[in-house]
Amino acid sequence: MATTDRFALQNGDRSNGDSTGNGIEVEGLVREFKKGPRAVDGIELSVPRGEIYGFLGPNGAGKSTTVHMLTTLLPPTAGSARVAGHDIIREGAAVRDEIGVALQEAALDQLLTGREHMRLQAGMHGIGREEGQRSGDALLERVGLADAADRRVGAYSGGMKRRLDLALALVHRPTILFLDEPTTGLDIQSRQALWDEVARLSRDEGVTVFLTTQYLEEADALADRVGIIDRGKLVAEGTPAQLKAAIGRPSVEAVPADAAEIERLEAVLARFGDPLPAARGAAAVRLADGTEELAEVVRGLDGERIKVADLKLHAPSLDDVFLAKTGRSLEGAGEQDTSEPVREAVPA
Amino acid sequence: MSGSTAKALLPTQTKYLAWRSLLRTARQPIIIVPPLVFPLFLLAINASGLDAATSIPGFPADSYLAFALAFPFMQGAIFATNTAGTNIAEDIGSGFFNRLSLTPMRGPSLLAGQLTGVLLIGTIQAVAFLAAGLAAGAAIESGVVGALVIFVLTLAIAAAFGTIGLFAGLRTGSGEAVQGLFPVMFILLFLSSAALPRDLIAQDWFQTVATINPVSYLIEGLRSLIITGWDAEALALAFAIAIAIFTLGLAASTIALRERLVRT
Repeated sequence: MATTDRFALQNGDRSNGDSTGNGIEVEGLVREFKKGPRAVDGIELSVPRGEIYGFLGPNGAGKSTTVHMLTTLLPPTAGSARVAGHDIIREGAAVRDEIGVALQEAALDQLLTGREHMRLQAGMHGIGREEGQRSGDALLERVGLADAADRRVGAYSGGMKRRLDLALALVHRPTILFLDEPTTGLDIQSRQALWDEVARLSRDEGVTVFLTTQYLEEADALADRVGIIDRGKLVAEGTPAQLKAAIGRPSVEAVPADAAEIERLEAVLARFGDPLPAARGAAAVRLADGTEELAEVVRGLDGERIKVADLKLHAPSLDDVFLAKTGRSLEGAGEQDTSEPVREAVPA
Repeated sequence: MSGSTAKALLPTQTKYLAWRSLLRTARQPIIIVPPLVFPLFLLAINASGLDAATSIPGFPADSYLAFALAFPFMQGAIFATNTAGTNIAEDIGSGFFNRLSLTPMRGPSLLAGQLTGVLLIGTIQAVAFLAAGLAAGAAIESGVVGALVIFVLTLAIAAAFGTIGLFAGLRTGSGEAVQGLFPVMFILLFLSSAALPRDLIAQDWFQTVATINPVSYLIEGLRSLIITGWDAEALALAFAIAIAIFTLGLAASTIALRERLVRT
């Protein structure tokens, strides 16, 4: 097939899914590494075409291993998956043809310029020189790198590298985009710019996005649906609103002014709901009757003459969902869980 | 993408990967300068310090400079091992290899592309060493055509040693491991007929090692063009050994690439 024909096909007749209408279908996906536990342990999920699916979990939860399998870089130990209608094991080349991938490392050649990267990527996909140059320039413009296009990547900031990585993933007009922790280490402005572009791709171009993240706000702001993964298992799935609604009630957390009063404070809070894990020196409960109970909590503490240094009302968050499902807070869960050797075991 | 379409991409991908390899090489003086400077430096020391060797009965040249001129060509080729291996190991370590793996990349295009940078350095070396030798007073007995054959043989040797580097880089994925090959290659060079003709090496063990060492025949092929003229046997041996190393290295690299490329 001539390169220009191939590109025309990419622009037009692409299904972005299988007969079920899903861009991604995963059934019982497992990955085991030698001398290690199951990094991915029987994941089942489906992502309809055009959806942004947030895959949320702490470091070492199995997010990157899942992405490596779905993008054909790592064979699964068991289970199956179809991406854009193609089996990831038997039709690896067809899968790669349909997907764009920005892996966690933002692997770029420090000695090449942004424009040279675009040219190389287009060439590797068999896109003709003129078409590659035209679309490469357009993508660089879109991700805000037009002015820096002829600078070597070694001089780029972290945010610029991430944006170039995204542009490279889009060179061949993929129908499904995998982004593995695309905003890790970025400043707020760069993060917002990347979110805007990902949202635009989904909204305007119908691209299916599978996005892994360890940031709650990222999943909350960007994802149509969220899957929460912990220790290789999918522990919850739904829209952010559904997941938070399932937790339902808000919680209150209080810190006594005198640390010695923590037990008395816990006893007062226990009158209003079930205790929750809290930060050191604090006590927390899930309010049985919702936010209107906050005034009663304050009155109760005042009645017992317990001085409070801090009092917080938490609306349910995805962290609460994670906490409810795993018994741990998402923040720091990765550090607690050292069982998974994903980063070392996945081929670099 | 069908298999035939992927195959059709092979020349295009090779072209782009070769282009990248050339850009990377040209932008890293550190991998161009040492392979030029160190061999010339050693040549200068040897030529000035060992000139008395020409008075040994049976020594095949009047000028030790002309005799030793083949040495930097071989030394430069050894640098090719390092360059090719380090580049691919860096790509594996940085994740750039994964980026390429996610395209319809064909294995042969990667290997050929990576070797292009090595050949660029080989070309620069061949021109520089010939020019330095001629400027210092060495004569090429085989003439202008012989100089061209030296050029071709140098590139063949560089490509051959480049495949060894590629294999090491792909097998280990470690730049340090590739660097570890460097001293081994130098030992091979020094245990060859680089400094003296094999029949003039007095130590039996050294003569035996030099005789079974393929590097001796590569050097003797290059040297024959400089000090003898046209020696068909020496040339045939040199080209045959370069091609054999290239073939074995390429086969080993292809297997290592297949193992490294675990994509489904």
